[in-house]
Amino acid sequence: MPLPEAVRHAWYVARKDLRVEVRARTGILSALAFVILVLLAFNFSRDPTAVPAIDLAPSILWVTLTFASMLALNRAFQLELENQAFDGLLLAPISRTSIYLGKLIANLIFVATIELLGVPLLALFFNVRILPFLGPLVATIALATIGFVAVGTLFSAMTVRTRFAELLLPVLLLPFMIPPLMWAAWATGPLLAGRPLSDIVGWLKMLAAYDIVFVGVALVLFPATVNE
Amino acid sequence: MLRADGLRHAFGPVRALDDVSFAVQPGQTLAVFGPNGAGKTTLLKVLAGLIQPQGGRAHVEGGRRAIGWIGHQPQLYGQLTVTENLRFWASLYGTQPSSELLARLGLEEHAHRPVRALSRGLVQRVAIARALVHDPRVLLLDEPFTGLDRIAAEALSHLLGEHAATGRATVLVTHNVEEGTELATDVAFMRNGRFVHFAPRSGRDARDIAAEYRNAVA
Repeated sequence: MPLPEAVRHAWYVARKDLRVEVRARTGILSALAFVILVLLAFNFSRDPTAVPAIDLAPSILWVTLTFASMLALNRAFQLELENQAFDGLLLAPISRTSIYLGKLIANLIFVATIELLGVPLLALFFNVRILPFLGPLVATIALATIGFVAVGTLFSAMTVRTRFAELLLPVLLLPFMIPPLMWAAWATGPLLAGRPLSDIVGWLKMLAAYDIVFVGVALVLFPATVNE
Repeated sequence: MLRADGLRHAFGPVRALDDVSFAVQPGQTLAVFGPNGAGKTTLLKVLAGLIQPQGGRAHVEGGRRAIGWIGHQPQLYGQLTVTENLRFWASLYGTQPSSELLARLGLEEHAHRPVRALSRGLVQRVAIARALVHDPRVLLLDEPFTGLDRIAAEALSHLLGEHAATGRATVLVTHNVEEGTELATDVAFMRNGRFVHFAPRSGRDARDIAAEYRNAVA
C-alpha cells in the first residue's frame, strides 16, 4: 500500500477515535482528574524543608504522566471491542500498519492533552519555572511520550482480548516504560534547574533512539498481534 | 467469484472446518444452515480473511475491498451518529455513503442520532447500511435476520434480492432454516465443520429444506 494512502487511512482511524473520545469524555476526564489529584496529593504531602521542590518535580511529573497515560492506552482498543468494530477494521481494505498508526496518533493526541494540563499544574504546585526552558522541555516530553505510547499502543492491542486487560497492560508495559521514563526524568531535572542544554543532549538522543527502535518494532509486530 | 478449497481449521481439539470446498458464482446465494458450533461463523471469517485457515485456501475475487459483512454484532461506534459511522466506514473504502442507501433502509430521519440511542432493530439496519456502503460484490452474512423487526427484515430481503439480481454473490449462514431460504439459489447443511449436504435449492421451499435439514443434521 503506498505511504500516502496508508497515512490517510491512519488519519481516518485517529480522527474517528478522537471523535468517539470527545463524545464519551470518560477517558480524558478520568485521566485529567487523576493528574490533578496525584499532583495535589504530592504537593500537600511533601516536606519542602527536607527536599527541594526542584529535585522532586521531575520524578513526580513522570510518575503522574505515566499512570494517567495508562488510562488512555487501556481505552485505545477497548472501544473497538464494543459491537466488534475491530473485525470491521480488519476486514476493510487498509493495512494493519494504518490501524496501528491511527491508534498511535490518537493516543499521542490524547496523552498530549493530559500533559498540556499536567505540566502547568506541576509548575504551579511545585513553584518551578518552565517558561525559560519551554522548548527543550516540550522536546523532552514529546520524545519520551512517543516511545512509551508506541509500546503501549502495541501492548494494548495484544491484551485487549484477554480477560484481565486492564491489569495485564500495566504489568507488561511498565518494564518497557522504565528506560524512557528514567531518561526523561534525568533530562527534566537539569532542565528545570537551569543547567545548560549540553547536559541533557545525551538523554534526548537516547529517547530518540528508543522511539525509532520501538515505533519500528511495533509497526512490524502489530499485524501479527491482531490476526486471529 | 468466491471459492473455498479444502478448508481446515481447528480451535484446540474442536474441528471448526473439516475439508470444506465449494464455489459461489455471480448471482448465486448460498445459504448454509447448521446448529450452533457447526463452524458456520468460522467459515465466514475464513472467507473474509479474518482467520487464516490451517489448511486449504479461500479466494474472493476482488479481495477485501469486494466483501461486505453483516454479523452478530453491528460493528458500529455507539458514540457516533449514523452518518458519522457510515462516513467513517466509507472513507476506508475510498467512497461516500449515498443518501439513497439511508432512504432504502428507512434511516433518513435517524441519520444524525448517535447509534447508542437507537433501538436494536434500527442498529441492525445501520449495520446493513455499513455493510453495503461500498457496494460490495460479495456479501457474507452471519445470522443477518437476528434482532430485525419486520420492516428491516423485509428491507434486507429486498436488498439481498437486488444484490443477487445484479450479479453479486452472497453467502448466508444461519441456524434458522426459516430465514433466507427464499433468497437462496443453493443450500448447504453443516455439521461438525463439514458440509453434509450441498445442492441447488431447485424450487424447494422452507418446509422441504427444514425436513431435509432435520434428517441430515440429526
